[in-house]
Amino acid sequence: MEQPLKDLLSNDVLAYVIMAFIPLLWIVPYALFAVWLERKVSAHMQDRLGPMRVGGWHGWAQTIADILKLVQKEDIVPSAADKKLHFLSPWVVFIGSYAAFAAIPFSSAYVGSNINLGLFYVIAVSTLVVVGILMAGWSSNNKWSLFGAMRSAAQIVSYEIPTALALLAVVMIAGTLNLQEINQQQTGWFWHWYIFKKFPFVFVAFIIYFVASLAETNRTPFDLPEAESELVAGYHTEYSGMKFALFFLAEYANMFAVSAIGATLFLGGWNSPFGDFLGGPIWGVFWFLSKGMFFVVVQMWLRWTLPRLRVDQLMYVSWKVLTPWAFVCILGVGFWMMM
Amino acid sequence: MNFYDTLFYFFAIITLVSAGIVVFSRNIIYSAFSLLFTFFGVAGIYVLLNADFIAVSQLLIYVGGILVLLLFGVMLTNKVVNVEMKTGTLQTFPASILVAVTAGALCAVFYVTDWKIVSSVADVPNTANILGEMFMTTYILPFEVISIVLLVALVGAALIARKETPIKN
Repeated sequence: MEQPLKDLLSNDVLAYVIMAFIPLLWIVPYALFAVWLERKVSAHMQDRLGPMRVGGWHGWAQTIADILKLVQKEDIVPSAADKKLHFLSPWVVFIGSYAAFAAIPFSSAYVGSNINLGLFYVIAVSTLVVVGILMAGWSSNNKWSLFGAMRSAAQIVSYEIPTALALLAVVMIAGTLNLQEINQQQTGWFWHWYIFKKFPFVFVAFIIYFVASLAETNRTPFDLPEAESELVAGYHTEYSGMKFALFFLAEYANMFAVSAIGATLFLGGWNSPFGDFLGGPIWGVFWFLSKGMFFVVVQMWLRWTLPRLRVDQLMYVSWKVLTPWAFVCILGVGFWMMM
Repeated sequence: MNFYDTLFYFFAIITLVSAGIVVFSRNIIYSAFSLLFTFFGVAGIYVLLNADFIAVSQLLIYVGGILVLLLFGVMLTNKVVNVEMKTGTLQTFPASILVAVTAGALCAVFYVTDWKIVSSVADVPNTANILGEMFMTTYILPFEVISIVLLVALVGAALIARKETPIKN
């Protein structure tokens, strides 16, 4: 898509800018939809109805009304807060989660930047989120914010290790870090997907990746940073209006980013599960977004099913369960490939 | 000035301004956070030099590891334990001599060295593969030695952090 756009506009810089904005066209409507979906999923799991009034059919316009309200709200900054950092942190968090979308291929025809280090870049750039969260926690000058930020940072840093190791098992088979190439290697029927290769090692790696990605996005059962019964709302307690909306948008963008990376590496990304049936670049977008959305729904489902872990259990799961088993997967794949 | 030059100056300005804040800010938290922008700017310059692997490693190691550790250190001591962090100027005379000598040495190295100036760096297709092969063939000994050093450091850090309290019956 890059070359036709450059030819059409005859201006490379403008073409790059348009390429960079395309994922936003998906993320913003997706976040509005996902917030509504989360409320509906939680409501139905608890035998309630959830929002039913706004917009008519099952309250579909509820989040649109909510975002309009958030845009109009006064931006309250606590008087003891550090003004500059308080202003900056929602942007750092959102940039960190949006930057990851630059290397994720949405279809065989569209990837923001087809770089060879795609996966490595995604893992590296998402660490910006940690710094943004620490910034939010510190600048709010509030003990709940600070403890929420500390917990969140410690959790994300610990869970990065099993995430990266589990992804490494696929990278070993693929022999490349380029996400577009990894997708192309999985073309064909669904048994060409990496999740079914070198069974059961890659399958276990996928489970490890999924569990660790829940922790990376601060979702239940790993939502200690936002444990509302003890920390109010964690690191974004002191944020209101549009800044809070940015944190929210970043959280939902992150949920989709980790799901999309899981779908790309393990489940064929934009490939159709049925060979050439509904193939091609346009249907590719459909398959990619459906696979991503499937895992977003699974994340919501888990959130309303599982209780929250304790801090020591959280660290136990990361260091004593997920990390060793991720190493077993890597060794297994390695031995299998040598044989 | 073409697009490439504009980008270079953009990243260079980010690096220099944020590095200036790191050094001159009175507030240690501002210094720590503006390091983020310094690392970002340096990573951008690495990308412009076709060193994409180093750029991404720079982000992963310095932003994801060292900066987070630094912030934890500063935040834990500053806010939780209520220790006043001092950022002042002391020992001005010896410090200025040291700075002058270091700056002179750096400038001398910069002017004396016979730099290899390549007008356009050849586009290396896949740096990660080439680096990986070199680590496993030509540079295997340094690579393994560094791995062992890091492992020992990891074990040592865990040992220091973990206080074994004897159980009394």
